Amino acid sequence: MSKTPTAAQLNLTTTTRLSRNLRHLRSAIFGDPIGSVGFFLLLAIILMSVFGPIWFPLDTISDPTKLLNPPSAEHFLGTDHLGRDIWAQIVSGGRELLLMAFLTASIAVVLGIFLGSFSALVGGKFDEMLLFFADVWLTIPRFPLLVVLSGFFTLDALALALVLAILSWAGLYRTVRAQVLSLRSRDFIEVAFMLDMPKLYIIFKEVLPNMMGFIVANFTLLMRAAIYAQVGLVFLGLLPLDQNWGVMINVAWNQGVIYNPDAIWFLLSPTIVICLLILSLVWISRSMEEFFNPGLRK
Amino acid sequence: MNRDTAWYIATRIFKVLFTVWVVTTLIFFLIRLMPSNPIEQYVQNLVVQYGMSYEEANSRAMSLFSIDLNKNLFLQYVDYLKAAVRLDFGTSFLSPGVKVSTIIASRLPWTLFTVGTGLILSFLIGIVLGAISAYRRDSWYEPIISGVSSFLSAIPDFLIAIFIILMFGVFTWGGAKSIIPIFQMRGNYGAGVTQGFNWPFIKSIFAHGFGPIMTYFFSQIGIWVILMKGSTTGCLNADYAIIARARGLHPKKILSSYIGRNAMLPIATEFAMRLGFIIGGSLIIEQLFVYQGIGLELLKATTNRDYPLMQGIFLVMTIAIVLSNLLAEIVYSILDPRIRAEGGRKHV
Repeated sequence: MSKTPTAAQLNLTTTTRLSRNLRHLRSAIFGDPIGSVGFFLLLAIILMSVFGPIWFPLDTISDPTKLLNPPSAEHFLGTDHLGRDIWAQIVSGGRELLLMAFLTASIAVVLGIFLGSFSALVGGKFDEMLLFFADVWLTIPRFPLLVVLSGFFTLDALALALVLAILSWAGLYRTVRAQVLSLRSRDFIEVAFMLDMPKLYIIFKEVLPNMMGFIVANFTLLMRAAIYAQVGLVFLGLLPLDQNWGVMINVAWNQGVIYNPDAIWFLLSPTIVICLLILSLVWISRSMEEFFNPGLRK
Repeated sequence: MNRDTAWYIATRIFKVLFTVWVVTTLIFFLIRLMPSNPIEQYVQNLVVQYGMSYEEANSRAMSLFSIDLNKNLFLQYVDYLKAAVRLDFGTSFLSPGVKVSTIIASRLPWTLFTVGTGLILSFLIGIVLGAISAYRRDSWYEPIISGVSSFLSAIPDFLIAIFIILMFGVFTWGGAKSIIPIFQMRGNYGAGVTQGFNWPFIKSIFAHGFGPIMTYFFSQIGIWVILMKGSTTGCLNADYAIIARARGLHPKKILSSYIGRNAMLPIATEFAMRLGFIIGGSLIIEQLFVYQGIGLELLKATTNRDYPLMQGIFLVMTIAIVLSNLLAEIVYSILDPRIRAEGGRKHV
């Protein structure tokens, strides 16, 4: 083994490893009925949010003749307090939420992976300090902090995504670090270290492809946390956002819809859609975890 | 207690103090250093709107925030830390003259009551259900228990709260009235009962606490079932369980004194950690049920820009979480001596 592998050889091994992992991802989702239900549910919600508004545009003007109507053939989830169609609002209400959750999860995953793998590969004092800091960070109550922060700043969707990502780096950092530590003792990483490859190279080419399932599982969980936080803040009326499911719940609640059996779908439909979205994310991540972490299977 | 335990607990206590210090510092610099921070805004406001002189406005702000603006920033910070150590957060903006610590002391017990009751109920029932579903893996009801638990653990707690209000307080289910009159789903206790240790008051507390308690119960029970099921499954195949079966002990005896006790170990610590976590999450639930607890108070303080109250409540929430984590770790290190040798609990 005196000859170092050429770049082409290395790329070959990593691409095959990546494709093998993608194959694993696929069988993780479709080998498990709950996972595939989750996947198709998420797909349906995404398709609805992307293409739905084309067919069901939002009512921009209010219609005082049909305030808070029950479901009918024309408005099949009824109308809101201004006489606007609720189904159209459901269809358009997911886009912003999904984008924000996706953005948050992406930033948090990148942060967590970088810090976690660096921490594990560098080791020593740096690792200890960061681990301690992550521990401290994890104990700060996240949702109340968001509420307090919204008292100081006006958080728009982008700022919220950034803040949420920064607030949630610590959890992923810890798990990535543990994963990398366990990967580190494996032969191919040892070899990469012996060949004195740059750390970034090791992270991208050796470590990451082997953590795909793990990363996807965490990605969906982070999306879930982001949705929880955003809908929660919107419901409390602390975020200036115009059209999403959280806003619908907020408006429906403040309009006292809960006492009006005719208009109950104004409150129920966004609640149910959010539940479905979160369930789909959790189901996907659970099928991932069960596939890639066989110890959890019975 | 040997030296290892003492060292372990000492490092944990250091971590607690460090965390609280980080949070207090964070709050101080949010209030003092941010551009257009609340103190500057307040002073500006007094000068522009009420035509006060700058010095006068400054001294008014100083007394309100209990910060001496004439000192340099570091000395102000030291003063602030000294006051925070004494849990003295100044007085509320909204209700002038009322100490922040008084408000917190009157609100915290309500939150602790609802969160505590809901959590204990869900813990007890969840653990039994989890152990049963692990022990009777082949029964017809096991998939139902597991399915419902994973469903409940996934749904955000405030959506569960909305469903609870609808199910119990709004839907009439074919009858003339809802199961619980809706007014009982709002507030801490009914009108016309006198506070104190008397039966109508206690009854009213539980009737009004029903909503929040049920919400915490349903949002937490799934997690206990899943955790306990996993933990029990792990113990079922441990050597001591196999030997107990080989000795022909009664299955109930094995489940309760051999498997149950060991399976409980990692979960008991999770209990303490959850307690702090839910206190932080009580905000939306208390808003939904108009329950006058610490979460609703934080929300009111935020919407009204009552900064002393905000920082006080946030700090108290952090302290609650940190202390319950500390308690969890100490309990765990006493129950399971192995953890001290390994130097730390593995976080899930």
